[in-house]
Amino acid sequence: MCPLIPNGIIGTGWDFVIALILGIAFGFILEASGFSSSRNIVGVFYGYNFVVLRVFFTALIVAMVGLLYFSYFGWLDLSKIFILPTYLTPMIVGGVIMGIGFIMGGFCPGTSFTAVAIGKLDGIVFTIGLYLGIFVFSETFPLFGDFYSSGDLGNMTITEAFGIPASWVALAFTVVALAAFWGTMLIEKRVRKNMTEYKF
Amino acid sequence: MNKHQTINKEPKYINPYLGGVLLGLLVLVTVLITGRGLGASGAIKSTVVTTAHVFTPEQAESNAYMKKFISDDHSPMYTWLVFETIGIFLGGLLSGIVFGRVKKLRTEHSPRITSKTRLIFALIGGMLFGIGSQFGRGCTSGAALSGTATFALGGAVVMFAIFGTGYAVAYFFRKLWI
Repeated sequence: MCPLIPNGIIGTGWDFVIALILGIAFGFILEASGFSSSRNIVGVFYGYNFVVLRVFFTALIVAMVGLLYFSYFGWLDLSKIFILPTYLTPMIVGGVIMGIGFIMGGFCPGTSFTAVAIGKLDGIVFTIGLYLGIFVFSETFPLFGDFYSSGDLGNMTITEAFGIPASWVALAFTVVALAAFWGTMLIEKRVRKNMTEYKF
Repeated sequence: MNKHQTINKEPKYINPYLGGVLLGLLVLVTVLITGRGLGASGAIKSTVVTTAHVFTPEQAESNAYMKKFISDDHSPMYTWLVFETIGIFLGGLLSGIVFGRVKKLRTEHSPRITSKTRLIFALIGGMLFGIGSQFGRGCTSGAALSGTATFALGGAVVMFAIFGTGYAVAYFFRKLWI
């Protein structure tokens, strides 16, 4: 039955209406969780606020396990969902560049849009930066076009790459997430005790 | 004392685990309906391609990267991620109104740095994130979260690379935040 649009159950004419509604829910959840504040977000790297880890990992395991249940009951055809293609080295390099941008800028793209929405100038400037960065990337693309499309492994899943069944992957992520929730709770308590500049 | 008062008046955020469950269900519903996950950086890419195509059409069409996203039948703005991103902005605004966080323009920064420093680093950080998201085929939303949730190897690679690098370099930028 699912996915509904690729299977023709919902007409493609509804695409943009659905996109807008899902986006509104996305933005609401990000802002309500505190991601319109760069200092909340970056806390995950300094130990004073692990909200990013909690929201991200919870979302990840809920979505993973949910997809597996829908597939198990036969409601979702997993072969019809989009699997992000893997370009191994470019994606590692991209992730490293994004990681540095994350620490310097304090936002990621989605969260910066919600910061713009509530009037944060740093969010607006970060978003302008995103625009400039992608513009610079496009203009200089011929310099590294070969590297960009190197390491192409196709639409590979974690299951195929490591030969571990999807259910075990989801279980592993769940166990790691629960351990991280517990461990970071202890770290956060200790770090906050010693912090005076940042109030909670 | 004054500081404590202003902090106490700050509206609370929702419980992070509740936020996580809601976000996870949203990713799930998005995949169940559309067959793919959420995203964010894609909309900025569409905006870059669109503005380049409007102001310098010939250069945009001959650009090896931009030409992949230019088609004759519709504008690059007429894509799923652009509408979803308009939604992100509206949803953020809605939550901000509900919880009383929509205020006049302001810059949030650590008391140890000036607004100007914060904005310079926000600009550089944004640029790096923009460049990195093109190599990564998506950002924290499209690659790290939606990619990993759909068991894509690339999603997990991007996720570990972003957060691993964040921890590796956090020490050098600590004055910006703590």
